[in-house]
Amino acid sequence: MDNILNQIGIENYIFLSVILFCIGVFGVLYRRNAIVVFMSIEIMLNAINLLFAAFSTYHQDAQGQIFVFFSMAVAAAEVAVGLAILVSIFRNMHTIDVGKLKNLKG
Amino acid sequence: MITIPDIANATAIQIIFSVLSIVTLATAFLTIYSKKPMHNAIYLVICFASISGHYLLLNAQFLAFVNLIVYIGAIMILMLFTIMLMNLNNEDEVHKPRITRLGAIVLFCLMCLVLIAIFMNSKPIADGSYEVTGEDYQSINVLGKLLLNEYMVPFEFASVLLLVAMIGAVLLSKKEKLEK
Repeated sequence: MDNILNQIGIENYIFLSVILFCIGVFGVLYRRNAIVVFMSIEIMLNAINLLFAAFSTYHQDAQGQIFVFFSMAVAAAEVAVGLAILVSIFRNMHTIDVGKLKNLKG
Repeated sequence: MITIPDIANATAIQIIFSVLSIVTLATAFLTIYSKKPMHNAIYLVICFASISGHYLLLNAQFLAFVNLIVYIGAIMILMLFTIMLMNLNNEDEVHKPRITRLGAIVLFCLMCLVLIAIFMNSKPIADGSYEVTGEDYQSINVLGKLLLNEYMVPFEFASVLLLVAMIGAVLLSKKEKLEK
């Protein structure tokens, strides 16, 4: 079976992942809505997962895909806890604008 | 280093990859840019679906379907429920100061530049040909054996992590009783 990277090239996957990751970083910095910040974090995690899978094909080794599974498990746990915190913040403060959550500011 | 793609005689796989990449990047950008949280979530679903398509293109079938199930089936539904619970659909986000937007855009460009430079100049750069060992390395059979032999302990820790996350989510979202 032919290696898919012979036709696409690993560098295209690297470009795609880097741009996707940077879009995620941009979202975290640009938006104030906490849910969109969470979504940006998910985009970043997905960019890294994609790069893992691409390099797994590059090395013809399954271990990269195992790491993607673990990162998915961590992402699921992170989202569950994060959204619970968000709901509780919303219940107390009636906003999820991260610019307004500055109770801890000294 | 950076080869200009030959559009005239691109193969089918290259065309599929280009279309999927454009969909991925466009929907990811719209996820950030769109003002309504519900639209953000829908765009993000399309983005994840196209990433699943990328996994299928890499012949990682199991990963593609786990991505579909976990991200679209679980995480995005959770987010959609949260958005609906908070009733945020008519959002009035305050206008951001210009310095914030400028800083975000500048950091976006700089990070793209730096990361691409790092990856492109790192040592194991491909020189056009890729090895094909011919062995099966991404079927569920191989992955399962690897996961339950070599990565047994991290696997168990992942399950403990999910359990703890579940308990934490329940505890956090429980309504506190009013003090009498």
